[in-house]
Amino acid sequence: GTMAAAALLFLLLVAAAGPGRAGAGRARRDALREELLLSPLPAGDVAATFQFRTRWDADLPRGAVSHYRLFPKALGRLVAALGVQELHLALTQGFWRTRTWGQPPLQAPAGAELWVWFQPTVMDVDKAWKELSNILSGIFCASLNFIDSTNTVTPTASFKPLGLANGTDHHLLRYAVLPREVVCTENLTPWKKLLPCGSKAGLAVLLKAERLFHSSYHSQAVHIRPICRDASCLAVSWELRQTLTVVFDTFSSGQGKKDWSLFKMFSRTLTDACPLASQSKVYVDISPKNKEKELLEVTPAPASVYEAIVQGDKRTYAVYDLLSPSLFNTSRSLNVQLKWKRPQDSSELPTPVLHAQRYVSGYGLQTGEISTLIYNTHPYRAFPVILLETVPWYLRLYVHTLTIITKGKENKPSYIHYQPAQDRRRPHLLEMLIQLPANSVTKITIQFERALLKWTEYTPDPNHGFYVSSSVLSALVPSIIAMKDVDVEQSPLFTSLFPSSDGSSYFVRLYTEPLLVNLPTPDFSMPYNVICLTCTVVAVCYGSFYNLLTRTFHVEEPSRGGLAKRLANIIRKFRGVPPL
Amino acid sequence: VCTSRFWFNYRHVANTLSVYRSVKRLGIPDSHIVLMLADDMACNPRNPKPATVFSHKNMELNVYGDDVEVDYRSYEVTVENFLRVLTGRIPPSTPRSKRLLSDDRSNILIYMTGHGGNGFLKFQDSEEITNVELADAFEQMWQKRRYNELLFIIDTCQGASMYERFYSPNIMALASSQVGEDSLSHQPDLAIGVHLMDRYTFYVLEFLEEIHPASQTNMNDLFQVCPKSLCVSTPGHRTDLFQRDPQNVLITDFFGSVRKVEITTETVSLDSDLAGFESNLLKDELATEPLKYAEQLPVAQIIHQKPKQKDWHPPGGFILGLWALIIMVFFKTYGIKHMKHIF
Repeated sequence: GTMAAAALLFLLLVAAAGPGRAGAGRARRDALREELLLSPLPAGDVAATFQFRTRWDADLPRGAVSHYRLFPKALGRLVAALGVQELHLALTQGFWRTRTWGQPPLQAPAGAELWVWFQPTVMDVDKAWKELSNILSGIFCASLNFIDSTNTVTPTASFKPLGLANGTDHHLLRYAVLPREVVCTENLTPWKKLLPCGSKAGLAVLLKAERLFHSSYHSQAVHIRPICRDASCLAVSWELRQTLTVVFDTFSSGQGKKDWSLFKMFSRTLTDACPLASQSKVYVDISPKNKEKELLEVTPAPASVYEAIVQGDKRTYAVYDLLSPSLFNTSRSLNVQLKWKRPQDSSELPTPVLHAQRYVSGYGLQTGEISTLIYNTHPYRAFPVILLETVPWYLRLYVHTLTIITKGKENKPSYIHYQPAQDRRRPHLLEMLIQLPANSVTKITIQFERALLKWTEYTPDPNHGFYVSSSVLSALVPSIIAMKDVDVEQSPLFTSLFPSSDGSSYFVRLYTEPLLVNLPTPDFSMPYNVICLTCTVVAVCYGSFYNLLTRTFHVEEPSRGGLAKRLANIIRKFRGVPPL
Repeated sequence: VCTSRFWFNYRHVANTLSVYRSVKRLGIPDSHIVLMLADDMACNPRNPKPATVFSHKNMELNVYGDDVEVDYRSYEVTVENFLRVLTGRIPPSTPRSKRLLSDDRSNILIYMTGHGGNGFLKFQDSEEITNVELADAFEQMWQKRRYNELLFIIDTCQGASMYERFYSPNIMALASSQVGEDSLSHQPDLAIGVHLMDRYTFYVLEFLEEIHPASQTNMNDLFQVCPKSLCVSTPGHRTDLFQRDPQNVLITDFFGSVRKVEITTETVSLDSDLAGFESNLLKDELATEPLKYAEQLPVAQIIHQKPKQKDWHPPGGFILGLWALIIMVFFKTYGIKHMKHIF
């Protein structure tokens, strides 16, 4: 009865999926979308954000996949073997100046940042974390193998998973930052190799190292997370996003004019889309500032215009679709140019709703104070923010000196988690949930004392100073305009970075500046100097003294001299010179 | 291997990158190269042209290129890591790109540059490797059969002292200067502000630019590369441990990698049903109810989060000892017979 029907159905399915179906009509299980977003920033710089998103409808953790197509095998095997649920690695050079540039789409702290959520099935999270950082250091040519317990923390309230999650047990989360990490071409090369088209076709042809590193901010990141496969969200797909954000200072490199073009920025233009991509688009932010007539003009004229509410603001984008055949009709290459119709007043710089600043104060090499200033410029809405600070163990924080002052009064955090450091084993972790009243400045200060390291623990260049990694601010910023829920597949990639919960606020993660602190540094040439000096002093003083005490003088009979001497004396007698 | 840190040692990084570039050009892939650079010159804030390292004045040749892969960077370049790479005694979690995976049929080229002296080479201004250590490392490699033939080139002051102590077979060594002589740098560039390359490596690079993968140039030509008139110092070489005659050793034996390619006209038909096979094999588990994303900032949940219960540890030695002392004193004073009154 039912068994026969089921068997028949199965046979039909197998027959339908049999050898007759090669070619079109078969739905591929992975898809690539690439996107470039160009946004002119208020101060005259231009930010370019590349996003390459590979979506794969497969169940990676079960490890049953063996055929990799668009998804890179190196990362796929990493996720399957180590039981990774989410992975976020960012390598950044420079600092995003939130106050002048506005809210970043996705910011990363200076250096290398790695945070990972592991699957609940992983038994030893620390061991998996160590292996993961070693493997990633080989893949990305970065010194991620320096990540160990002295710079890893387990946040308890920040860094919630950005993908699908079944419950958030923070024991499975690890976060580490290496602020001293240098980012250069050798990190870009393997990053480009992970792209399906490499750097040979599509938007990735613009990624030339000589131009990308001559910038004010360069950040490249890899994000792997599980997402909903469709609207019903009953199955899981894996998403790999590779993002690269770079900010060019066109004002100084463009002979004083703020006009820019793709060729000026990247010394290349776009010629085609990646053949493996299902979507390849360029978005240019042409939102009018202050509701005025447009002051900027984009050439070539865009085929369509897209409007969206991004980060609480209504924005307009010019869209260039590289896969549409009409784009390359007139010229073989696409060089997007932007001209400013009239100079922009510098007083029109809008300030972002949330921005922060951090600095170290104090004098001398013994004590100091870390101060963080958080600004809420929203006129009437207050919102909470989580501040996460990781301070290395050699700066001994005194938590009893922690003060949080808003508008002159003390502001008690609703949640505070402090994990003190253990020398040479664990850094300080301070997490606080602070309510920021509207239109206010909150100042958080904490004092510290500098420790003296053992002489083998100093780096080869200790007088440069030691870095304290950036602190992280996570907040749900209220937006002025209500935002609709976005359908991930239909909307541009830059709108779907963070999963949105409701339309009244958007999630933002900001990083403050890293700090550079000088520790009391011994003079490493001193042991040699001391040995030389001491030995000299000992030799001179003791030697002289010993000679004085023990030297005795004897009278010595002069010898008669040999034959040569006698002959010489005879000649000298003739000359009249005294004898030898 | 470049062992020097700080901006004014730009030329050592340029030296290393020139040899890296030549070696890559002649066919050795990145997976077979271990590149160690002790400092970052290309993206150094003092570099007026970021992401470039030049070897010629007037910026003719960018030896950094667009596809460089550095295996050991910055603080990772230490004597310990270098010796571990050579001898293969590496922690198990080291990735493949950081290992020297050689066997007894591999020819190895080792190029080192930096600041050195009579019998030592300075690593990053904080430690040194001596010629005795290096010779012993090579002997370990020989006993573990980690090389077939080894070519060692060193460009430092008094470089010849580094190969004086070798005693393992099949090693050929070249140095840029004899004991008591300094290796000099080639030319400064006024735009960048530092010396760009060392003389010996400059002329070696010029020599290597003439070599192509099929060239028949042999080692004797390499020995003639930098005469005293050009180099000011006297380059030296050592071939007594090498079994073959240097006349018969090709440059491409060490600097290049020539692979044999066989062309076949047979066709191989791939199974076109491969994708279909895969989709039948894998039946995805569907969840019974929709999965959801985590809330990014669940304020209420965070505020009411109970602090993590600290794991209970049994009392440590001091506390146990203290309590044992107290109990002993108590029973000594009062005697055991009073115990029944307590319980």
